[in-house]
Amino acid sequence: MARAAVSGGLKLRRTWRSAAVVERRPETPTACTLVLDVPEWPGHLAGQHVDVRLTAPDGYQAARSYSLAAPSDGLRIQITVQAVPDGEVSSYLVSDALPGDSVEVRGPVGGWFVWRSEHSGPVLLIAGGSGVVPLMAMIRTRAMRPEPDEGRASANSAHINSAPFRLIYSVRTPQDRIYYDELRRRAVEDGGLEVKFLYTRAAAADEPRPAGRISIDDLVSHGITAELQPTCYVCGPTGFVETVADLLIFLGHDPSRIRTERFGPSGP
Amino acid sequence: METQTEAPYDGNTMAGPLSDVFAVEVTTAVGRCRGCGTSSQLATFRVYGPEPGFVGRCPGCENVLMRLVRTSDALWIDLSGVSALRIAMPDAAADASQ
Repeated sequence: MARAAVSGGLKLRRTWRSAAVVERRPETPTACTLVLDVPEWPGHLAGQHVDVRLTAPDGYQAARSYSLAAPSDGLRIQITVQAVPDGEVSSYLVSDALPGDSVEVRGPVGGWFVWRSEHSGPVLLIAGGSGVVPLMAMIRTRAMRPEPDEGRASANSAHINSAPFRLIYSVRTPQDRIYYDELRRRAVEDGGLEVKFLYTRAAAADEPRPAGRISIDDLVSHGITAELQPTCYVCGPTGFVETVADLLIFLGHDPSRIRTERFGPSGP
Repeated sequence: METQTEAPYDGNTMAGPLSDVFAVEVTTAVGRCRGCGTSSQLATFRVYGPEPGFVGRCPGCENVLMRLVRTSDALWIDLSGVSALRIAMPDAAADASQ
């Protein structure tokens, strides 16, 4: 129902709505997935965000934007939140939000850093730290069988998207990997998906690549060559995103096919 | 203009506040910098914030393109750094068929 997310539900998207926390799932020592039940959720595209607003007893409000981590399951959405030092919203969501609690949400929002499941071209995903979240939404959306199309002649689109996907995921240490088990499973089960972990501080025991920041060698070894014209999605801290975008351009990727999303100044 | 630190965010983070007032998704709009003439999608602006407000700078020259401040009863949008804003509109015929 991707189209509905774009053309419909405008009023809903603009309205702050109360959402119930229905599940919390720790992902790493500092990141947690929250499943939220949102009345009248209109659906969304992979890569879109939701704004989350908290209100203190004295009326003080703080809102932050989080990437949606998965395609919606009816009215249920998922966000994965990384606790940031002194983060007044993230620290509550990661440490204190419990099933039964409610928060306010607005969305989905954003239309630039998105992947549409009808696109069949190759995709290169490059994540730094919790920048993996919107990219995971793309991987999960790709593996879903599309819903029957309503009113559009597209008999050929009713199969699982087989676009070649490659994920290069840079983390500090093995314990910082979000979605590790699922990514390993999908790398085996989801045809055409390859996943490479990079470690910047301490590598996993079975990893021959020494710990270090992402380099041009990593992109050459595990990326998709520019000749195949992949769409590149890069998400992570600002320094990481700028480094990767520069490397991709150096390797001949067309800047118009490089989509970036950056958050926070700290490196992975 | 030289900035002290790298921008922590980009224009994607302003999608929510802008959706309060714009009827279309405006982070995909293209703004032309009054300083250097670079055209860039709002999602790619270098953004500082969110408190006390968002400041969006040009990815080309770091000039301030826009400021976005939410007060208790108003949203202020300063676009004085943008000489033109191109907002793609849905095709009227295609839209009517959906």
